Amino acid sequence: MDNHKNSLTDISYFPGCSLATSAKENNLSLLNLCRRLGFNPVELDDWNCCGSSSAHSIRSELADDLAARNLFLAPAGRPLLVACPSCMLRLRHMYIHLRDDEAARGYYEDKWNRSFDPNLNILHFFELLPEANLPNLAKDREHSLNGIRFVPYYGCMLARPPVMSREKNYYGLMEKILSSLGAEPLLWGYASRCCGTFLSVARPDVVRPMVNNIALGAKETGADCIVTACAMCHLNLEIRCDLREPVPIFHFSELLSLALGEDDHKGWFSRHIVDPEPLLRSKGLI
Amino acid sequence: MKKENYSDLGETIKSDDSDFQFASEVKKRSGTDFNMCYHCWCCTGGCPFSHAMDYTPNGIIRLVQFGLKRKALESSTIWLCVGCNTCSTVCPMRIDMSAIMDTMRQMALEEGISVAEPDILNFHKEVLHSIEHYGRTHKLEIMLRYKIRKRDWFSDMDVGLKMLAKRKLDLMPSKVNDIGEIRKFFTDVKHKT
Repeated sequence: MDNHKNSLTDISYFPGCSLATSAKENNLSLLNLCRRLGFNPVELDDWNCCGSSSAHSIRSELADDLAARNLFLAPAGRPLLVACPSCMLRLRHMYIHLRDDEAARGYYEDKWNRSFDPNLNILHFFELLPEANLPNLAKDREHSLNGIRFVPYYGCMLARPPVMSREKNYYGLMEKILSSLGAEPLLWGYASRCCGTFLSVARPDVVRPMVNNIALGAKETGADCIVTACAMCHLNLEIRCDLREPVPIFHFSELLSLALGEDDHKGWFSRHIVDPEPLLRSKGLI
Repeated sequence: MKKENYSDLGETIKSDDSDFQFASEVKKRSGTDFNMCYHCWCCTGGCPFSHAMDYTPNGIIRLVQFGLKRKALESSTIWLCVGCNTCSTVCPMRIDMSAIMDTMRQMALEEGISVAEPDILNFHKEVLHSIEHYGRTHKLEIMLRYKIRKRDWFSDMDVGLKMLAKRKLDLMPSKVNDIGEIRKFFTDVKHKT
């Protein structure tokens, strides 16, 4: 075991507020997964909120400061792993701005007396997966996810502002990876429909029908569950769906970790508002 | 405040209250050339919230093009936009709609224009309050303070209790150690380019 630990590669890790608090099950299953893939995620020391939707909505300069501080905290020579698509967008957007704008870079370098690393590699956890050869790591290859039928839900994570439109695109990755682990992806029309994000608080009347449509769309395909890679989407799909029989929603990291045979899932699934355990038991997955 | 249909449909364009500086100011601050917009309506077709808005997303661009500042800044559209970027992704001219909406929201606040969606603004203020105090968002406190502002105690009680029961709302905040550095962001006057 110790040998295994020593062989892990250190990477910086930015959990973000959702994974650190309301979506701990996402965090735990993701950390498990990283270790299985040979990485040791080291939490970015003293990280702060990326600014979320609110900072750029009403105070752009504050949004810049919050994102920049995290980038300047990242130790050189290590990639910075980000789990939340929304944090990823904010951090990466700021990184591009600082890389390309000397004046903005200079402003922060003077302010903090630290230098900006133009080679900082900000990684979404999706980027660890294609090279990982997950089926080889799974305990029972083809049968690991036992034909569980899912619809992939990317929410707005595939949509980006024009300045980032040529960045890596992850469309199809959840389908590809999970089907290699024995799950069955289904086509549907809501894969990249926004979950409503913060309007869930101030305008639940707007978000509830949107979320119900997404859940109904999943049911129409005959899917057992929805799989999402965003903690915010996960929460909205769970709390704003008021169908009599809601659809279980999984974090992508949970199904991946489960397929690789992690058994500390008790602490993950008990945090779901829509209980996924009956489904998992019926598929013989727990 | 909300209307049954998009309120700009079939409306006569009145430009007597035009403010011709407005368009150039929005362009400069958002770094986005919205004059490229030829109103194909792709943004509106893709927008998941357009049905709840008083003006369509491209309708807002049109108001700016015509210099109709007050209408644009008083709209609910600029507050209902969550910046999901679906519009920019489908836009054939690659217009950064989210940046335009950010700019207009901030202009509305600076000019003290009546906010069409005060609850949304209050939510944003509570999120920033949390970040100012802890450096991170503390969801339980954000929700409680938002409710106090709104004097609305009962709606979503069930959701809140479920989230507490499932340990999705931590009682104590997760905090940044160097909170002084974060607080400075809130008080500093910036002179960046």
